[in-house]
Amino acid sequence: MFRNQYDSDVTVWSPQGRLHQVEYAMEAVKLGSATIGLKNKDYAVLIALKRAVSELSAYQKKIIPIDEHIGISISGLTADARMLSRYMRTECLNHRYSHDAPMPVGRLISSVGNKMQICTQRYDKRPLGVGLLVAGYDDQGPHIYQTCPSANYFDCRAMAIGARSQSARTYLEKHLNTFMDCDLQELVAHGLRALRDTLPNEVDLNTKNVSICIVGPKTPLRICDEEELSRLLALVEGEERRGGTATGDAGAPGGAAPRDQGDDRDPQAAVAMETE
Amino acid sequence: MSSIGTGYDLSASQFSPDGRVFQVEYAAKAVENSGTVIGLRGKDGVVFAVEKLITSKLYEPGANKRIFHIDEHVGMAVAGLISDARQIVETARSEASNYRSQYGSPVPLKYLNERVSMYMHAYTLYSAVRPYGCSVVMGTWTDYEGPQMYMLDPSGVSFSYFGCAVGKAKQAAKTEIEKLKLGDLTVKELVREAARIIYLVHDELKDKQFELELSWVSKDTKGRHELVPRELATEAENQAKQALADIEDSDEGEM
Amino acid sequence: MAFMGDTMNPTPLWQNGPSPGAFYNFPGNASTIAPSRHGVQDFTAHSASPITTTTTVIGVKFDKGCVIAGDTLGSYGSLARFRDCPRVMKVNDLILLGCGGDYADFQYLKDIIQQKIIDERCVGDGLQLKPRSLHCWLTRVLYNKRSKMDPLWNSYVVAGIQDGEPFLGAVDKLGTAYEDAVISNGLGAYMATPLLRDAVDKGPLDQETAIAVVRKSMEVLFYRDARAFQRYQLGVVTAEGIKITDEELKHDWSLAHMIQMK
Repeated sequence: MFRNQYDSDVTVWSPQGRLHQVEYAMEAVKLGSATIGLKNKDYAVLIALKRAVSELSAYQKKIIPIDEHIGISISGLTADARMLSRYMRTECLNHRYSHDAPMPVGRLISSVGNKMQICTQRYDKRPLGVGLLVAGYDDQGPHIYQTCPSANYFDCRAMAIGARSQSARTYLEKHLNTFMDCDLQELVAHGLRALRDTLPNEVDLNTKNVSICIVGPKTPLRICDEEELSRLLALVEGEERRGGTATGDAGAPGGAAPRDQGDDRDPQAAVAMETE
Repeated sequence: MSSIGTGYDLSASQFSPDGRVFQVEYAAKAVENSGTVIGLRGKDGVVFAVEKLITSKLYEPGANKRIFHIDEHVGMAVAGLISDARQIVETARSEASNYRSQYGSPVPLKYLNERVSMYMHAYTLYSAVRPYGCSVVMGTWTDYEGPQMYMLDPSGVSFSYFGCAVGKAKQAAKTEIEKLKLGDLTVKELVREAARIIYLVHDELKDKQFELELSWVSKDTKGRHELVPRELATEAENQAKQALADIEDSDEGEM
Repeated sequence: MAFMGDTMNPTPLWQNGPSPGAFYNFPGNASTIAPSRHGVQDFTAHSASPITTTTTVIGVKFDKGCVIAGDTLGSYGSLARFRDCPRVMKVNDLILLGCGGDYADFQYLKDIIQQKIIDERCVGDGLQLKPRSLHCWLTRVLYNKRSKMDPLWNSYVVAGIQDGEPFLGAVDKLGTAYEDAVISNGLGAYMATPLLRDAVDKGPLDQETAIAVVRKSMEVLFYRDARAFQRYQLGVVTAEGIKITDEELKHDWSLAHMIQMK
């Protein structure tokens, strides 16, 4: 029934000093669709791939605004993410109320980290099964943070999480040194290319399945509308795709096939963009 | 550990037939998998050095630190699960802050250590919680007591040390530390030694990248815990690299 | 940082369970369940009046910063009881804080503010509390206390550099808060404000003139305010940093006999 006898509770250490329940929670992040965060000197950008659970449903929101200067994109259990986002919103509001200033991004993240840790140590709780990418702008410039179910968080130059995100990370690592000096459009284009690398060949990015948010100096957090999205998507349209030719806007307008969330752990199938 | 898997090792509130609490020992294992942390207590202060393993190029360099300030005068270097360790950091900070508000003076490390140890120990007593997967080293320097340093285990046990090491390469690091005349060395010298030791014990085959974190609290810093200034840290790091290269050269020569 | 909540009464390890550090109390024992968690208070205490008080604190903005000043006398009623009560305080490299009113209340809040700064340095992210934030925070604290009918009997002057620009703000015991180029409380509101406003209205002040007019105001206040004292602190904040100096004014009462009270 269990993979081993040490993975039943979050309060049980394995003889190797591992916490299997926490590691399993980390897997939940890989079940969500991919999302990318990256920044240049001034701006932080989040780009997310949205899924629709069925042909009749709308695409599931992936980017949640927190405050004027912070936004998150999520991968994993949406309900857990909503809990965290509510907490983050409250923290930001409280900070504005008591200090008349936006919450510094790093401090918000560390309080989130401390909150998430509590439920990795008690038997009546479970770790949150969600990973976040946080884009924010404060006095120290743009930030991209990644948080994990393990309650760990990382200050990143760029990051990708979610299904098949490894290929996106490979892209990001390869172009990492160009990000700092490129302009906002190029930055978004890099992000879109990275995101496209997570897609199977027959699917491409379109205004329906992509969500982009931008934050920067004197630029309050903005989730791009359809018009801006198509303008940004045009930046990478028709480009040669790695490992295959671009399929134009073949992304099915109807969206994704309905899929059973429960039983597939295969990262391939975890991408819900395949059309029937 | 012949009792592993016999079912006596699933809860912190259960002894094995031979009188051990395995969950605590397993938690200590988590610490042994982390990057090496050393603390050196010299003539006029305490120096911390951390081998922070970098698992992705995408992380911001210099971020995600493993050395923390607890109060103006106390530093803490942590090994093990960083998210657990941050919780200990928070506890220590609020203990320090409480002491200040009660007594109007900086918390003595001996007292702080006792409080934090008690907190960690509480997590080894119940099946509803798990022990912390981290060890922490705390250090300070004061006018009246000089340098002080304590290391705290997941079990909640703590000791005062002249030199201590924890993490992956703690054995190798300890061997190196034992060669030093700690009582005679100033923090400036200790920084170099600490850097050298971390570079020496780092396993290049298993863990490719790491960052060296250095901090100190000493007479020179007026009893304040601070990160070692950039120039001095780079100088110490370069010397460490050089020392390592020299050793490798001489090894090749012998072959 | 207050992530951990109340550490003297930490949250139990689980519902109705023992708390960390209080493990020697057995669960189920009435005294350990939610240790001493009553309402805020079982009785209500009102501070109906201040006890040991300090008088006016004044502040004025100049082109590159702010000056504030306050004397060092702690009065017990009309008795000049304590002669060394410093109440111009350096908060961090950007903020000066001045305070008038009940001295014990000031000391209480001073400790909290200092801990706030220590907490911030512990975080070590290089960010510093800014004057507007402190001003806002003080407003929340003071307004909150007064809304409980238990005010901290102080009025504060926050001076500092906010994103390169001088900032000067005031909060009083009722939580009334405002920003202005000239601030003074107590008796000073009647006597120092006109002097300072005149100086400001004449055109942009530089540091030297600002300090001069503050010195003049302190002198006027000393002669007229029976709770004033000749020794005072003068704080200057600019982008270069903060300087607090101890000043003593020379007083001359030889003309006192000419003042006729009718």
